Amino acid sequence: MKEIRIHGRGGQGSVTAAELLAIAAFEDGMHSQAFPSFGVERRGAPVMAFVRLSDKTIRLRSQVYEPDYVIVQDATLIEAVDVAGGLKADGTIIINTEHNPDNLPLETKAAVKTIDATRIAIDIIGRPIMNTVMLGAFAGASGEVTAESIKNAVRDRFPGKVGEKNADAVQSAYDRVVGS
Amino acid sequence: MSGKLKSGRQVVEGSYAVAHAVAMCRPDVISAYPITPQTHIVEDLSQFVADGAIDSKYINVESEFSALSALVGASAAGARAYSATTSQGLALMHEVVFNMAGMRLPVVMTIVNRSMSAPINIWNDHQDSMAERDSGWIQLYVEDVQELVDTTVQAYLIAEDPEVSLPVMVCMDGFILSHVFEPVDLLDQESVDEFLPLFEPVSVLDPDNPKSFGMFVDPEYYMDFRYLVEQAMDRSRSKIRDAAKSFKPTFGRYYGDLIDTYQTDDAEIILVAMGSLVGTLRDVVDDLRSKGTSVGLLKIRAFRPFPASEIAEATSGAKVVCVLDKNVSLGTGEGAVCTEIKASLYNSGVSVPVMGFVIGLGGRDIPVDTVQRIVSKAEEVIKHGVKVKSEFVDLKHSLIS
Repeated sequence: MKEIRIHGRGGQGSVTAAELLAIAAFEDGMHSQAFPSFGVERRGAPVMAFVRLSDKTIRLRSQVYEPDYVIVQDATLIEAVDVAGGLKADGTIIINTEHNPDNLPLETKAAVKTIDATRIAIDIIGRPIMNTVMLGAFAGASGEVTAESIKNAVRDRFPGKVGEKNADAVQSAYDRVVGS
Repeated sequence: MSGKLKSGRQVVEGSYAVAHAVAMCRPDVISAYPITPQTHIVEDLSQFVADGAIDSKYINVESEFSALSALVGASAAGARAYSATTSQGLALMHEVVFNMAGMRLPVVMTIVNRSMSAPINIWNDHQDSMAERDSGWIQLYVEDVQELVDTTVQAYLIAEDPEVSLPVMVCMDGFILSHVFEPVDLLDQESVDEFLPLFEPVSVLDPDNPKSFGMFVDPEYYMDFRYLVEQAMDRSRSKIRDAAKSFKPTFGRYYGDLIDTYQTDDAEIILVAMGSLVGTLRDVVDDLRSKGTSVGLLKIRAFRPFPASEIAEATSGAKVVCVLDKNVSLGTGEGAVCTEIKASLYNSGVSVPVMGFVIGLGGRDIPVDTVQRIVSKAEEVIKHGVKVKSEFVDLKHSLIS
């Protein structure tokens, strides 16, 4: 089983990202479980969402304490929240920032990947909503889920032009991470 | 969304899954008042009604008290009726909850289990439905979203059986199940229609044949009415079993009858729980079994009627029973499930120590290592005969000292 923790701020679509990831992984033939952290959501406040992926039925209902992957939607959270807390040493943390991994105030033995997801979102979607972009980056960095399934989940959730733009942004982030 | 609801295996939110299951039961009347974490269920159902996807009357009300009151009238008039609530909403219904059962009206209500105020807290435990345990409602608790879907359909079959004719609460853990996205097989209309016949009320309000429900009765009659409810509750045991068994051929799933057991046959330690915690316990049992610990799991599906004889039978070979209660009956120092298990074992000839653990109140998370520590305590009791007492698990001592 692989466990994923998504950090964001209220309004950045972290819970939606978790749901889309669970739907995409299911389309890829896996069992999946997505759930929000049990806090009161307020716009701008730090929030978390969790995803579990497995080839077997997922029975565990606790929160995720030792994730294999962490997705950070907003790099300003690094100073506010222990985003790498419990992250497995052989895990990966993917951070939305224009900076290089070396320039982040982050202490972890895990692999650190960065992507300027906000820039991709503004360029392709036209709005600084980076949750779907981060899923493309996750697909590229982890290989746990296909970009195609993420794109299908995104198109299904946001029908029409918005979905198409988001799907393009997913592909762009995926290509950038795989190519880097 | 419009028109037909999509069935089949897909990843959806638990709340959507229960709304879909309710829709497949073709309720005539739905009435509910939104309250976290139940809100998504009634939003989805009202959307289905607005879209014409289901042919139900949705009655908007100003409170939970009115929601359930409306269903008293609807059910007495012969309608299949549905509601959903939680916590303070259920507490506000309390008076009507007792009335519903006393009038023998087979309404099904989803309880999205949440803590009780004060202090106000919107997260999961079982204190809300536990406070209604003496009301005459059947109470079924579910482990995951699929069991929630399947049990919702079974609940109408049980409730509306003429030999039962009692309301049913289907209890699901707030947030943990209501807000989770996971794969679930959403049932198709044809199969549900085949499994669940149309509601044939035992007795209806009919102007041409006037009758009364919930009359004033003096001491000459009252006690006997209560006894009849108890008898109906007792008859529901076989109906719960039948519903679970007859569900399997069509839908391929079975969750046990009043209880389910997992690795209990030779287990020295038996963990007991209700609801979504059971899933976590299955993982712990598998892990500890692989390391040589003799541990098993007893899941309570039906808390009302209480499965006393099933529990006595399943625990008769154990050396210690650990009851994990997501509720506390204040003044007893333990949860209600623990107290009731001890009471039911007392006259059964089974004399096994019962340890009570109050756990996960107000949404406090229950990690795997917490459960492992409980099993370690049970091992200590077996090895050293330590005095058995009940306790609150994972208290923050810095807050209470």
